[in-house]
Amino acid sequence: MSLKSAAMKLMQKAIEHAPDSMMPGGKPDPLITRKHGIVGAPVTRIDGPLKVKGAAPFAAEFEAEGLLYTAVAFSTIAKGRITSLDTSAAEKAPGVRLVMTHKNAPKLKPTPMFNTQPKAAGPSDLPIMQDDSIHWNGEPIAVVLADTQEQADYAKSLISATYKEEPAVIDFDAAMKNAHEPKTILGEPPTINEGDAEAALSAAPNLVDKTYTTPRHNHNPIELHGVTLFWEDGELYVHDSSQTVAQSAWTLAEVFGLDEKKVHIWSPYVGGGFGSKTLWQHHVLAAAASKMADRPVRLVLSREGVYRTVGGRTTTQQRVAIGADADGRFQSLIHTGVAAMTEHNDCPEQFTFPARHLYATKSFLIGQKVADMDMLANTFMRAPGESIGTFALESAIDELAEQIGIDPIELRARNEPESDPTTGKQFSSRNLIKAYRDGAERFGWNSRSAKPAARRDGEWLVGMGCATGTYPYYRMPGGKARLTVSKDGFVTAEFAAHEMGMGTATTQTQVVAERMGVAQQCVQINYGSSDLAGVFLAGGSSQSASIGASIHAAHTALVEQLIKLAGSKSPLHGLDADDVESRDGGLHTKKDPSHGESYAAILRRAGKDELSVEESAPPPMELQHWSMHSFSAIFAEVGVNTITCETRVRRLLGSFDCGRILNPKTATSQFRGGMIMGIGLALMEETIWDSRKGRIMNPSLAEYHVPVHMDVPEIDVMWTDIPDPHTPLGARGIGEIGITGVGAAIANAIYNACGKRIRELPITLDKLM
Amino acid sequence: MNPFTYARAEQAEDALKLAEAQGARFLGGGTNLVDLMRETIERPQSLVDVTGLSAAIEETSAGGLRIGAAARNSAVAEHRLVRTLYPVLSRALLAGASGQIRNMATLGGNIMQRTRCAYFYDDDGSRCNKRTPGQGCDAAEGFNRYHAILGASPSCVATHASDMCVALAVLDAVIHLRSPRGERTVPFVDFHRLPGETPQVETVLEPGELILTVELPANPIAKRSTYRKVRDRSSYAFALVSVAAALELDGGKVKDVRLALGGVAHKPWRALRAEEALRGREATPENFRAAAGAELIDAKPLRYNAFKIELAARTITAVLQELAEEAQ
Amino acid sequence: MRFLINGQPVEVDVDMRTSLLDLLRDHLNLHGSKKGCNQGACGACTVLADGERILSCLALAVQYQGREITTIEGIAEDGQMHPLQRAFIEHDGFQCGYCTPGQICSAIGMAAEAKRGMPSHMTRDLGAEFITLDRHEVRERMSGNICRCGAYNGIVNAISEVFVEAE
Ligand SMILES: Cc1cc2nc3c(=O)[nH]c(=O)nc-3n(C[C@H](O)[C@H](O)[C@H](O)COP(=O)(O)OP(=O)(O)OC[C@H]3O[C@@H](n4cnc5c(N)ncnc54)[C@H](O)[C@@H]3O)c2cc1C
Ligand code: FES
Ligand code: FES
Repeated sequence: MSLKSAAMKLMQKAIEHAPDSMMPGGKPDPLITRKHGIVGAPVTRIDGPLKVKGAAPFAAEFEAEGLLYTAVAFSTIAKGRITSLDTSAAEKAPGVRLVMTHKNAPKLKPTPMFNTQPKAAGPSDLPIMQDDSIHWNGEPIAVVLADTQEQADYAKSLISATYKEEPAVIDFDAAMKNAHEPKTILGEPPTINEGDAEAALSAAPNLVDKTYTTPRHNHNPIELHGVTLFWEDGELYVHDSSQTVAQSAWTLAEVFGLDEKKVHIWSPYVGGGFGSKTLWQHHVLAAAASKMADRPVRLVLSREGVYRTVGGRTTTQQRVAIGADADGRFQSLIHTGVAAMTEHNDCPEQFTFPARHLYATKSFLIGQKVADMDMLANTFMRAPGESIGTFALESAIDELAEQIGIDPIELRARNEPESDPTTGKQFSSRNLIKAYRDGAERFGWNSRSAKPAARRDGEWLVGMGCATGTYPYYRMPGGKARLTVSKDGFVTAEFAAHEMGMGTATTQTQVVAERMGVAQQCVQINYGSSDLAGVFLAGGSSQSASIGASIHAAHTALVEQLIKLAGSKSPLHGLDADDVESRDGGLHTKKDPSHGESYAAILRRAGKDELSVEESAPPPMELQHWSMHSFSAIFAEVGVNTITCETRVRRLLGSFDCGRILNPKTATSQFRGGMIMGIGLALMEETIWDSRKGRIMNPSLAEYHVPVHMDVPEIDVMWTDIPDPHTPLGARGIGEIGITGVGAAIANAIYNACGKRIRELPITLDKLM
Repeated sequence: MNPFTYARAEQAEDALKLAEAQGARFLGGGTNLVDLMRETIERPQSLVDVTGLSAAIEETSAGGLRIGAAARNSAVAEHRLVRTLYPVLSRALLAGASGQIRNMATLGGNIMQRTRCAYFYDDDGSRCNKRTPGQGCDAAEGFNRYHAILGASPSCVATHASDMCVALAVLDAVIHLRSPRGERTVPFVDFHRLPGETPQVETVLEPGELILTVELPANPIAKRSTYRKVRDRSSYAFALVSVAAALELDGGKVKDVRLALGGVAHKPWRALRAEEALRGREATPENFRAAAGAELIDAKPLRYNAFKIELAARTITAVLQELAEEAQ
Repeated sequence: MRFLINGQPVEVDVDMRTSLLDLLRDHLNLHGSKKGCNQGACGACTVLADGERILSCLALAVQYQGREITTIEGIAEDGQMHPLQRAFIEHDGFQCGYCTPGQICSAIGMAAEAKRGMPSHMTRDLGAEFITLDRHEVRERMSGNICRCGAYNGIVNAISEVFVEAE
C-alpha cells in the first residue's frame, strides 16, 4: 500500500468513527421540521410557459453572425489506421468552408478524463483527431463546415477513407476471457469477500445460482447533442446541452490550453440527458473547427452521430447466487460479473452496488470485473449499475422465494439488515420494508397467486411481480452558491447547476424561498452557466443535495453578514446566526418570532442596494460516515399474450423511500420517467452490436425501441416521505431510483404470468416463445 | 442529400414527361424517399412530385373500389367504404407507422417503399447487395432478427415493411401502371419481387413508370377480413410478423379464404398453399394450424429469426380462428 | 419559395434540399418545432399542414408551398395560450420540454381526426360513426410522439382534460 493510499485509509477510518455531530448533516437541517412552508408543495414548473410555447431556447437554436453548419464523418472500422482520406471533392463542394481531419486539425492537449481530476469531464483519454489511428467503429474522421446544413451534409457524403485494419477486441464473449479487476469501482473495492460464500452456498438447503445478461443501451434524449459556439478575443463561448457545465468548461480549457475563466458554457435548457449530456468529442471538434475557420459554428450530431460518438450503457454478464437456510435467511450472497469497458475510460457500470447494501447475509462474495473492448467509451446512463444490477439480484430473490415457498416481500423482510451489511455503517435512514408494505396494500399484492400461469384474461396470462430498487445518496464536492438579497426584498440564488427536466429550477426556487423565508415570487434563480458559482453534476441524483447544501452554507454566511450589517440599532444586535431564523422576508429570533427585522430594512438602513455572498458547501464527508441510500419497492402487473408472447405492462406502482419529497408534482414525474425507462429496459431497449465489426447497427429511433405512449399505463407512485435527518432538507435524490428495480419487477411479473423465467434483457417475445 | 431539381405534376402526362429527365424519381409523401436521400442511399437528380395526381377513392362500375396513387394512407384508412367493405385494409394501415406519417404517406409511395434492413441503411459501414450490387450481404450472417424466413436468397434477406401491402395482397388488388409506352395492369401479388440475384430490383415497375391507381375488386369475402400485427412495442414499430386474412364459411367448413403474411419476406407474402390446404376443410384451430404449417414448410430461419416461424404459425391460426368465430 | 406559416406569407430563397423543419428552424427563426431524429421516428418535429399533423423533418419544404403551416408558435388563440398548452403546464405534461411542441401540435391534429370519426388501431368497431377518445385511444393515437423523459401520463391527462372531458 502506498503512503498516499494508507493516509487516505486512515482518513476514511477517522471519518467513519468521528462523532455524528462533526459531520455535515450531523445536526439536522432546521428546515426539515418546518412543515407548512413551500418546500413539499406541488408547485407547478416555473419554466412551463416557455416550454409549452416552444420558446425555451436550446443549444442549437442560438443565432450568430456568419454561422457555419457542421457535418461529421465517422470511421467504419473498429481499430487500425487511416491509410487514405480523400476530402478533395468535399472541399470543392458548394458552400464548404473547411474540412478538418487529423491532417490539419490544430494540435490539442490531451483530454483530462472523467474521475482523474476534480473537474475533468473527458469521456476517455483518447486524443481527438490528432493522428491517423482509429479506436472504435464510428470515431469521427472528418468535420465539414459549410454555409448551410444541406451543403455540409452533402459534402460529408463525398469524403472517402481507406483503412489498414488491426485486430480488434469487439466480441464481448471473447473479451470476457481477459476480464480483469479494475483498481476501484468508483472508489469502492471491486471485490468483497467475507466468509466462505461459495462453501456456504453449496451447504445451503435452498439456493439459486444463475447468470443474467444485459445489453448495451443508449440514453436517447430527444434533443440531439449539439452546440452553437464561437471564439472572441481568445475566449470560447459555447451554447451547449450539458449536465456538466463547469466540468466541461474546465476540460475544454485544458484541451485548448486556456485559462479556465476563458471558456464559457451556457446551458439553461437541456432537452434530456440521462447521463449523456456530458463532454464528448463533438464539443472539441466544433471548437477546433470554429477556431480554424474563424467563424461561429453550430454542430448538431445526427441521431446516428449520437450513437456513434456519445457512449451509452455497457453490456454485462452477471452471476447472482444466494444460499438460504430453511427459513429463508441468507447464508451466502454472491454477485459477480463482467462489464465491457475500454482501456481508455473508467466507467465500470457498478452493477454489484445494490448487493453490497440490501441484504443481511452470513457470507458475501462481491466481485466485479471489466473486459476491455475496442469500442466507443461507455458512460453513465440513468442509475448506472443499479438499474441492471437490481435486475439480476432482484430476479434471483424472486427465484429463491419461489423455491422456498414464501412470499418474495416476506423473504426480503427476513433479510433486512440492521446496519450496512458490507461496511457496517449505520443507515442514515432506511424504510424499505415500510415502502413494501404500503405499496403492497395499494397494489393489491395479496391477490397475487404464488403459482405461475394461474390468471387468464382472454388471450392474456396476467401476473404480478415486485422488486427492490435502490440508489445511493450522493453529494458531490465542489458545491458553491451565491445568494444575493436586495433592498426591495428580492433574493437571487446562483449556481452552476442544470435543469434537464428534473424540475431543478422549480424545486430550487422553493428551497431558496424557504431557506430565506421569502415568498416564491421574490426568488430568482440563475443556473446553467459555467460562469456561475460552484461545480455541480446533474448526475448521480446528486444535484439537489449539492445545491441544497451550498444554499444552506451561503445562507448561513449571509445571515452572519446581515446581522453585522444590521448594526447596533437593530433588534438583531448582538445575536448569533444560530439565534435567528429567516422568515417573513427577514431575520427573526428563534425565541420570539415577532422580534426581528426585514432584509429590506437592514439593507436600507445600511444604505446598501444589496448584499451578496458566495459560499461553499462543506466536503461531503457524511457519505463516508453513514450508509446513505434511497430505496423503492416496485410492483408490476403484466399481461403475456398466449399466442404472440407479446408482453404489455398493465399496472406499475413505485413506492419510494427517498427522504423528504421537495415537490410532489415534479417528483411524481421524475419517478414515472425513471420507471418508464425501466419498462424500456425490461422489454425492448437494446443497442444492437454487430460483433463482427464492433458496429452499432440500430443507430436510429425507429430501430432502437424506447417506450411510446401505448406502452405506458397510468403509473402509480407513492412515498414514505420520511426525511433523512442527515441531508439538506431531509431529501435524497430522486432522479435515478425510478428505473432501478423495474426490470426485475417486470421480469418477475412475466414469470408469475406465464411461468417463464427470462434472465436476458430485453425480454422480447422471441425469448418467451 | 445530393442536389436535385423539383417539379410538381398536376397530370399523369406531365409526370411521365418530367420523369424522362436523367435520374428522375417520383415523390409521394417523401417519408421513405427523403429519409433514404438523407442517407445518400437514394440519389435522384430530379424529383417529380406526384401528390397532386389522383387521390380519389371511388367505386368502380364493377362494384369494387379504385384508389388514386396519391391518396394518403390516412384518407384510405378512414374512408367509409374501405372500413366497411375492406376492413383488413383499414386495419393494416392503422397498424402502420404513426398518425403523422400516415397523413403524409401516399398509396403509391407505400407500395414502393424500400425493404427495411439495418445493413441497407448503413450506407458507408456495411455491405449490401441492394446498395451496391455484387458487394455482398452483411445481414445474412449478422443481426437478422427482423429478416426474411421465406423466399430469401443468398444475396438478400431483407423484408418488406409495409402493412398496407399485406392487406392489398389478400384483397386480390390490381395495380394500374402507366409509362410513356402506355398503360398496363399488374396483379398486386405479382408486383413485388423476391430478391433472387438482383435484390436491387424490388418491383416489376419499369424506370419512369407511374402507379396510377390500385383497384380492389368487389368480393364479399373481403368484408370478413382483418389484420394482426406482432411487434416489439405496442405501437410505432415495424412488424415482426403480420397476418392479413379473409374468411368465408359454409356451415362449419371453409368456403373461401385469403391469407397473406408481412414481415417474413422480401415482398408481401400471399399464402396460397395455406389457402389451398384450407378450402373445403373444417374451420378448426387444428386445420388452421396445419395450413400454416403447409405454408411455412419451406421457411428457412436465419441466426436470429427462427422464432418467426412459430410466431407466424400461431398468428395465422389465431387470426383465422377469430374470423371463424365472428362468422359463426 | 413562398410559404404560408402561422397565417403569415413568407418568401425565402432556400436550397431545394431544405426540409420543412430546417426551413422553420434555420431560416425563419421559428425554433419551436424540434429536431429529435430527422428520421421520422420521434414526432418532435410535428407541425400542422392545413390542420393535418405531419412530420416536418421528412417533408421537403418545396412540397409544402401553398399549404397552410401551423407551428407551436402559431397555435395561441388571440394571444392567449391554447387551452392545451395551459393543460400541459397544469398536468405536468413534460420535463425537459423538448418533445412538448410536437406533442401539442400532434394532439391538436389528433383531436381533429378523432372528431371527424377517424378510427385507430385501438378502435374495435370500424363502422362506428363516432370515436370516444378514451385513454387507450389517446395513447395509441399519440404513439408517434416519443417523450424520453417519460411525461406520458401527464400528457395524456392534459389531452384528456381538453379534448375528452370538454366534449
Ligand atoms: C419511422 C417510420 C416508421 C414506419 N413504420 C411503418 C410501419 O409500421 N408500417 C408500414 O407499413 N410502414 C411504415 N413506415 C413506412 C411508411 O409507410 C412509408 O415511408 C410510406 O408509406 C411511403 O409513402 P410516401 O408517399 O411517403 O413515399 P415516398 O417516400 O414519397 O416514396 C417512396 C417511393 O415510392 C415512389 N413513388 C411514390 N409515388 C409513386 C407513384 N405514384 N408511382 C410510382 N412510384 C411512386 C417514390 O419514387 C419512392 O421510390 C414507416 C416509416 C417511418 C419513417
Ligand atoms: S425529428 Fe421528425 S420525427 Fe424525429
Ligand atoms: S419532456 Fe423531455 S422528451 Fe418529453
